[in-house]
Amino acid sequence: MDDMMFLTFAATLVGAAWRLATPLIFASIGEVFSERAGVLNIGLEGTMLVGAFCGFAAAFATGSVPLGLIAGVAGGMAFGLIFAVFTITIKADQIVVGAALNLLGMGLTAFLFRTYYVSTGKGIEIAQPIAIPFLSDLPFFGEAFFKQNLIVYSTVLVTVLAALLLYRTSFGLTLRAVGEHPKAVDVAGRNVAAYRYGAVLIGTGLAGLGGAFLTLGHSNQFVEGITSGRGFIALAVVVFARWSPIGAFFVSMLFGLFYALQLMLQAQSSIVVPYQLLQALPYIMTIVTLVVVRGKSAAPSKLGQPYEMR
Amino acid sequence: MAQVNQGVRENVYPQATNPFLRTLAQIAISAVTPIAAVLVALGCGAVLLWLNGFNGSDVVTVMIFGSFQDVRSFGEILLKATPLILIGAGLCVAFRCSIWNIGAEGQLYVGAIAATLVGTSIDGLSVWVHVPLVMLAGALAGAAWAGIAGYLKVRFQASEIVTTIMLNYIAIIMTSYLVTGPMRDASAAYPQSARLVREAWTPRIVSDMRLHIGILVAIVLAVGLYIFLQRSSRGFALRVVGLNPHAARYAGMDVRRNVMIAICISGALAGLAGAFEVAGVTHRLYQNISPGYGFEGIAVALLANNNPLAAILSGGLFAVLRSGSEVLQITSQVPQVLVLVIQGIVILSVVAFAKFRDILRIVS
Amino acid sequence: MSKKPFLRIENIRKRFGPIVASDGVSLEIEEGEIHSLLGENGAGKSVLMSMICGMVRPDEGEIVYKGETVRFNSPREAIRQRIGMVHQHFMLVPNLTVAENYILGQGPGLRIISDMDKVHAKIRELSDRYALDVRPDAVIEDLSVGEQQRVEILKALFHGIDLLILDEPTAVLTPQETDRLLSLMGDLVKDGKTVVFISHKLDEVMRVSNRISVMRDGRVVHTVNVGDTNARELARMMVGRDVRMELPRSPEPAGRVVLSVENLVCRAETGLPAVRNVSLDVRAGEIVGIAGVSGNGQTELSLALSGLLPVDSGRVTLNGKDITGLDPARINASSFSHIPEDRHKHGVVLSLSLSENTILQRYDQSPFASRGLLNRRAIGEHTRDLIQRFRVKSRDENQAIGALSGGNQQKLVVARELARNPEFILVNQLARGIDIGAMEFVMEEMLKQRDNGRAILLISTELEELFAICDRILVMFHGEILGELPPDRTRLEELGLLMAGQTEQPALAG
Repeated sequence: MDDMMFLTFAATLVGAAWRLATPLIFASIGEVFSERAGVLNIGLEGTMLVGAFCGFAAAFATGSVPLGLIAGVAGGMAFGLIFAVFTITIKADQIVVGAALNLLGMGLTAFLFRTYYVSTGKGIEIAQPIAIPFLSDLPFFGEAFFKQNLIVYSTVLVTVLAALLLYRTSFGLTLRAVGEHPKAVDVAGRNVAAYRYGAVLIGTGLAGLGGAFLTLGHSNQFVEGITSGRGFIALAVVVFARWSPIGAFFVSMLFGLFYALQLMLQAQSSIVVPYQLLQALPYIMTIVTLVVVRGKSAAPSKLGQPYEMR
Repeated sequence: MAQVNQGVRENVYPQATNPFLRTLAQIAISAVTPIAAVLVALGCGAVLLWLNGFNGSDVVTVMIFGSFQDVRSFGEILLKATPLILIGAGLCVAFRCSIWNIGAEGQLYVGAIAATLVGTSIDGLSVWVHVPLVMLAGALAGAAWAGIAGYLKVRFQASEIVTTIMLNYIAIIMTSYLVTGPMRDASAAYPQSARLVREAWTPRIVSDMRLHIGILVAIVLAVGLYIFLQRSSRGFALRVVGLNPHAARYAGMDVRRNVMIAICISGALAGLAGAFEVAGVTHRLYQNISPGYGFEGIAVALLANNNPLAAILSGGLFAVLRSGSEVLQITSQVPQVLVLVIQGIVILSVVAFAKFRDILRIVS
Repeated sequence: MSKKPFLRIENIRKRFGPIVASDGVSLEIEEGEIHSLLGENGAGKSVLMSMICGMVRPDEGEIVYKGETVRFNSPREAIRQRIGMVHQHFMLVPNLTVAENYILGQGPGLRIISDMDKVHAKIRELSDRYALDVRPDAVIEDLSVGEQQRVEILKALFHGIDLLILDEPTAVLTPQETDRLLSLMGDLVKDGKTVVFISHKLDEVMRVSNRISVMRDGRVVHTVNVGDTNARELARMMVGRDVRMELPRSPEPAGRVVLSVENLVCRAETGLPAVRNVSLDVRAGEIVGIAGVSGNGQTELSLALSGLLPVDSGRVTLNGKDITGLDPARINASSFSHIPEDRHKHGVVLSLSLSENTILQRYDQSPFASRGLLNRRAIGEHTRDLIQRFRVKSRDENQAIGALSGGNQQKLVVARELARNPEFILVNQLARGIDIGAMEFVMEEMLKQRDNGRAILLISTELEELFAICDRILVMFHGEILGELPPDRTRLEELGLLMAGQTEQPALAG
């Protein structure tokens, strides 16, 4: 019977991990695109916040989750456009601009939320879990795994599409070249800046989607700073994943596991650990990750550097 | 990260023979960018207010001038300027060494914790001993917390951007644990620590105002760091490491050691800021001891072009904006977080104008 | 050979800020010829060709190609007109395969690439036809420099060309690889293609060209048929005056051993073996040269000697003192000076002033610092003195060193290293990227140091530089010292064979 208990516990844990990994999967796969093209976006946290807020606001106004998701992506991309203009066109330092966008994202979303929504106190209708026939009837794992909302399921599709796009298309080939040897791309007749814009917009669009999941598929409310560092954790995920979309999926799942563990252990009254220790777990594990995965040999060689056309 | 920061022209010497005039011209030229950046940011803030049905001109009338009502409100501005100048000046040192310490917020919290421990656990010391001891504890704790990120960078090449941010969250969570748990004042309804003993309190400048001597310490340290960076041989080494670590190694400079020194200096000043918040303002440790001074310090340093002397001015300016935004919230219900938006736009404008100036220089 | 010009360039001008790169260039290339473009570094050869292949747009002037005025806005448009260029810095993406590099920038953006087999087949066919030995699925970063160059040439052929421009292709090759390349150029011309060969090496140009154009200061100063000229005349055209190829040598015999290297082994930053069991001695009053094609461990040898790269095994002694694996600060302090290969990476901090750059190693020593503070007066005086003695052209000592020309930057680096009063001087590429005037000056300075009893190790890929000032020349290949020769031009072929790793020749010893 103890084994049964454990199996149920493990299944619930992994199921929850997938759900909690979802925003990280979107954001880190997006950042893989951005970094493969040579652009390091530390403004991911602010971008996710903007996505979360736009998603919430659109769903609040229309009552529609799909429209909310679209708004989240659009918001992320609009924010990413600012980042792209400053880092690619103006060629400003990517770290400084990223830091500014984090402040801006935090400030703008909190400002608008307090101005329009905080007094209403109302939430929104979130995406409902859908049970996949047969699979959800499997013992132990079925219920926990295959009764999620569509956004969670879509992470698999996004991962596969991202890998195909990056490794099997001419666009992806060029994108990978842009982060390694932009001049070669220039000489081959493709516009380096355009590809970097594209990569940043894909990256911030997915980050916006990850943020929107937080308000539309997880909590039913916007809260100031709701991303609580997920944008920064996504940066570490990308390093651990060696700049690969499929890697990003599994590393995000690992982090999802830390989040899930934290929540489930908090619920277990029998375990006497201060909840703050559990709360700090994802952050501590991020640091551990960076230490374990040493060096940056796999990093795109032009990461962080603007491209100067002659 | 962009390690070789070679494109940056550190000094632009205008053609003038008189050294005094030259210095003056230099200051004037370097002041154009930050002033223009602040004006743009305020303009954007005004538009944002107007778009959302507030009075746009409040940005100028209230945010800039609203907080200058009397001597007391001026003292409150200086009180807010204290942590901003400390953190901003410290970050100038780190940024000049190309260390992206985004963790001043966490270093501030850790400094506050250490100051609280020293200020509550020891009793019976003279003011002359206890006050410096509290300051020292805060600075050391901040330096140590920043030193973790520094060590992980030099030893494991772990990006300090990510580690310092993670250490922020960990420090804040740790504070929350301490004031709800082991350090909690059991008699209080609200999670807070015990009160610091009176001898540990940072002395006030005028007895009936909250302004304490921290502002003087901040200004002295900022001037000191300016001299350190520009005139000392250690400061020279830090700058070389920041501009071109390969050349620094070639020249026999110990890159790792200089990186550690730079990040620990910035951490020490942030920790000191935390100590002053506890020992000079609240006299107890709370969960939210800082309203984001650590992040605001980044904007202070960048607006100052990483010059600690200029950080005194930019720190003062951000303190004015922060106080003004509080007044604005009371008088017009404008959410105070507006100040974050303005900070973000200030940074963006600074980099845009700096690039614009470079282009002008190349063309001419 | 048809007489109508295949490519005509008329009065082209191009400026980059204050620098005039092309100052009214006119040039005619005929169909089916090998036309060499000869000139010193900075004469404007590469910029001119970059304009022909669409990389750079001219400010003024006209390019007439196959009878039509053309104006390329991108390299792609030039490629479409069957013009290909192999750049000095290869345009190959290191983490992609050969075939992927060839289709880069082509085809439908978002559709899945499906015709890779056809691409591979075409590459194999072309590779066989010209005996280029290129595998389509090889990843670029696994290939040697010579192989990468063949990949670049094949890339141009893959896209289809009538005109091929080769920018300093032999700089990275051994003499034998160079021979192979020169004969390939002949094969291409036989197939009806036209070749423009950019070089500053007289002998190669003389061997392969039909016609030669000499460039100087952004202009074509002469175009001659190869039969109507000789190397000496070309050299004079290149620099605008007679070149003194030989500098006076001192007859003094070398003294005691200053630097001794025994069985040194170290790996490159990539972790691959780079220096294999190198032993050598440098005596007081001699200049020892190390010749070799770049990438044969010279960079790692100099970094290891100066403490910038860890030593795996072996011993380095300076004046009998073991300095193996010491940190650069300690080595700097042992009368060891180092004029580095990559000036912008190691040698200077571009945005700092001349003054600050002169105290890079001695920033914390008297008289430049006292009690932890910099002594600006002493630093300024010292720098002004060096600027004057080494004729560094600059506004004053407070100017940023990045504002100076390469030659003047190098003079300041040489000045700084010599001012530290070393007993041993390690030089890697003394004259890279500097004009001929500055080159002669720094070479003479080296000879003066030699005559003053300093021990000098000069690593260079430029045989001219080595022949001009060395007392003996070691050849490095694949991380090993393969042999030693006197600086005697008559033994150039032997030197070439050693540089290519051929040791089975009789009479190796110098």
